[in-house]
Amino acid sequence: MSKAIPVIRNILDANNRLADQLRNVYAENNLLALNLMSSPGAGKTSLLERTLNDLRDELRMAVIEGDLQTDNDARRVAATGAQAVQINTEGGCHLDSSMILEALKQMDLAALDVLFIENVGNLVCPAEFDLGERAKVTLLSVTEGDDKPEKYPMMFAQSKVLLLNKIDLLPYVDFDLDRATRFARALNPEIVVFPVSCRTGEGLEPWYVWLKEAALAERR
Amino acid sequence: MHEMSIADALIRIVETEMANHGLRTVQRITIQHGALSTMVPEALDLAFEAMTRGTALEGAVLEYEKVPLSLRCSKCETTFSPEVRSLHFAPCPSCGEEFAHAVLTGKELNIAHIEGDT
Repeated sequence: MSKAIPVIRNILDANNRLADQLRNVYAENNLLALNLMSSPGAGKTSLLERTLNDLRDELRMAVIEGDLQTDNDARRVAATGAQAVQINTEGGCHLDSSMILEALKQMDLAALDVLFIENVGNLVCPAEFDLGERAKVTLLSVTEGDDKPEKYPMMFAQSKVLLLNKIDLLPYVDFDLDRATRFARALNPEIVVFPVSCRTGEGLEPWYVWLKEAALAERR
Repeated sequence: MHEMSIADALIRIVETEMANHGLRTVQRITIQHGALSTMVPEALDLAFEAMTRGTALEGAVLEYEKVPLSLRCSKCETTFSPEVRSLHFAPCPSCGEEFAHAVLTGKELNIAHIEGDT
């Protein structure tokens, strides 16, 4: 007998339920979890190297590294002395909550203030998967073009922080910081924008202040 | 490419529903997807086909219902559906405001219903 069954279920429910579990784990440990997203090469790992080195005496930080194949980034992060747990997605374009739950088993969360989750480099898919994070932090480098918020709206609409990286290259590229900022704010009026250069260190101080305040807020 | 993950989640839900309703086979699965969802139907078809080969779900057809974008103006609160490609920068037909509208519909990614045989 043929039967039609109304279901009405969000297909990503299973991931969203695991994300709720993650939120509880972070809260129990007073941990600031941040989901770092960008296209490949925008500078997520460089930002982490700088941040881990510069704030090592002030914050206890660790990183979950998402990568398709290699552990190149995890080795760069580990060289700073911070714990780095590698997740290889083997072709997968994003991290999901089940992968993070698995990675957390290898970490002493009570000994941490900040957990960075470096997502797979991709401006589309990572934004669809909730990892229970307190904030999504998106990087956009000035070599990519100032129209990216307009072209990939979902990621920028959902992010609390936007780092505009590689500003040391501004004299050589046609990137309008104001235009990129305006597009991002149009999608998301609350977004906090930090123009930075992870190579020279310019502009990183306001990001560090934001990070320390956000970490402190988790302890209250 | 995240259609593999979506197909995987979809298959689990359908298998649960099959067990709950005593279905042996499934012919049709209707999916509602919002205009802002980044799911690509062709890619999901391909992933679903590859992942269901040799299972009770083999041969089931995915049907898609697109849910249009509807926005509430950030300034005058008029509700409207823009017909432009740049979805988030749609001018309000009432006051002209272009930015920061609230998304009422358009983010959906749901299974609406399944059809099969007991």
